[in-house]
Amino acid sequence: MPTIEELQRISTQVRRDIIRMINGAASGHPGGSLGVADFLTVLYFEIMRPDPVNFNMNGTNEDVFFLSNGHVCPAWYSVLARYGFFPLPELGSLRKLGSRLQGHPSIFEKLPGIRMASGSLGQGLSVSIGAAIAKKMNGDSHLVFTLCGDGELEEGQNWEAMMFAPAKKVDNLIAIVDYNGKQIDGPVEEVMPLGSLRAKFEAFGWEVTEMNGNNIPEVLSVLNTVKSETGKGKPNMIIMHTCMGYGIDFMMDKHEWHGVPPTYEQAAKALLQLQETLGDY
Amino acid sequence: MKEYTNSGSKDTRSGFGEAMHELGKTNPDVVALCADLTPSMKLDAFARDFPDRFIEVGIAEANMICIAAGLTIGGKIPFTGTFANFSTARVYDQIRQSVAYSNKNVKICASHAGITLGEDGATHQNMEDLGMMKMLQNMTVINPCDFNQTKAATLAIAKYVGPVYLRFGRPKVPNFTPPDQQFEIGKALVLNEGTDVSIFATGHLVWKALEACRILGEEGISSEVINIHTIKPLDDEAILASVRKTGCVVTAEEHERNGGLGDSIAQLLARKYPLPVEMVAVDDSFGESGTPEELMKKFGLDTPDVIRAVKAVMARKKS
Repeated sequence: MPTIEELQRISTQVRRDIIRMINGAASGHPGGSLGVADFLTVLYFEIMRPDPVNFNMNGTNEDVFFLSNGHVCPAWYSVLARYGFFPLPELGSLRKLGSRLQGHPSIFEKLPGIRMASGSLGQGLSVSIGAAIAKKMNGDSHLVFTLCGDGELEEGQNWEAMMFAPAKKVDNLIAIVDYNGKQIDGPVEEVMPLGSLRAKFEAFGWEVTEMNGNNIPEVLSVLNTVKSETGKGKPNMIIMHTCMGYGIDFMMDKHEWHGVPPTYEQAAKALLQLQETLGDY
Repeated sequence: MKEYTNSGSKDTRSGFGEAMHELGKTNPDVVALCADLTPSMKLDAFARDFPDRFIEVGIAEANMICIAAGLTIGGKIPFTGTFANFSTARVYDQIRQSVAYSNKNVKICASHAGITLGEDGATHQNMEDLGMMKMLQNMTVINPCDFNQTKAATLAIAKYVGPVYLRFGRPKVPNFTPPDQQFEIGKALVLNEGTDVSIFATGHLVWKALEACRILGEEGISSEVINIHTIKPLDDEAILASVRKTGCVVTAEEHERNGGLGDSIAQLLARKYPLPVEMVAVDDSFGESGTPEELMKKFGLDTPDVIRAVKAVMARKKS
């Protein structure tokens, strides 16, 4: 089990990877990716601890994760590579011709660790409900985790899924909303206010928890607590407050960094703020 | 001509329902999902006898398709059930990303396809579904012709690994294929051998093609009737073998001409063996309310339409 300090070192390196990958591709989504780096690090290295060597599509007898807001995949790819799913140097191929690291996650190129394409928004919660039901049918007591964006909640399908999961008691599912309050066209509160997410989720019948997604000890403790709440008849939702662009001062909390790659100079400036803890790819 | 007897008209959706019940008994991985149309989809028996493997999703087709995709992760074989319009047009992006692109073993089963949905009218009469589905990579597209064949196809797709779109219908139609048939995905079936014209038909139009063949035979025209139950992958070899013999083609389907079976066959012939083709299909038109029989007549999908198309294409062949 890694210590908090070790988790912090991993997530710092993941952030370096994100900046270097997106700069290398001259395209990609740095803001959300930086914001979820801490969460994905804790989820893989501490909570799920899946088998990276014998990856199997069915995820039998292990926890599985689905990324619904596929555009933050640079963070996911980095965590998968750092965890051992595929060789680190492959991170440099992000968004390039012939790469397994597509601009949005795909299983077409058979990248280990990925079970479902995502990118067209609003589908991941439904997918994860299906996988959770399959686990129940198979008598597999492991959990399904899924991450979706806050702006993504504007897609209506989420609310179909939101209605379904409590009604069918899908209590082996932990869904996390990355609540960074930003989307392409501006603050979520201006584009399409979400109102009280907690009240909405609770009204639909979810067990709701909130956490600061950029505080590793808190992420670890809340995920462990919520894990212990599974199997009690209700699906679990975590409203995860994060900061878009977390860790880079000039990117933090700026929706402009949703889908714009840093220039060479900006990347260099950003990397000065992130210690190379585990060695660059 | 070879004789085909209607053993008693039945709806093709009931063939689906019977097969699903059989699969419930024989294959523990088969899961059925339905979007508030369980009786219409003839899934009542499955729901009653296998409640643990029946998922009522309510009127939420997008959710249903993606839950089905998720169920495959864990080795389940999900069959989704709703009308053709809500199985395709309403959920095209869900199918595209989570089923076809992700290559998941989901069986999208669509009833009330085409104009014969009848009285509910154009909002429910999807006649673009084959086109939408056949354009998706990885997707197998099947449109069986009667009750027995729909049942056999349903059993067959449970054994095949990969995304499938299975299309069937609402009205009672002649049931004339063998009850014990083995359904082979992608294999065209020659129902009558002939020399003057190849009639490639799918779904409800197969029986109409056989009727046309009989009437044309009385006039001395020898028609080869081929049941193309699998639109994709298309049985190129069988089609080319037939047209090399007959030299002209009629296609017949309950679907828009754009994107349908005729369009697939015309593409094949344009590339490999160009010759005259006439298409019995809906001509760029939404449907409307009416009985299935009235609508088949009005939209040009009836036996006389097949006969007219045969005569037209033979005239083109001669000139």
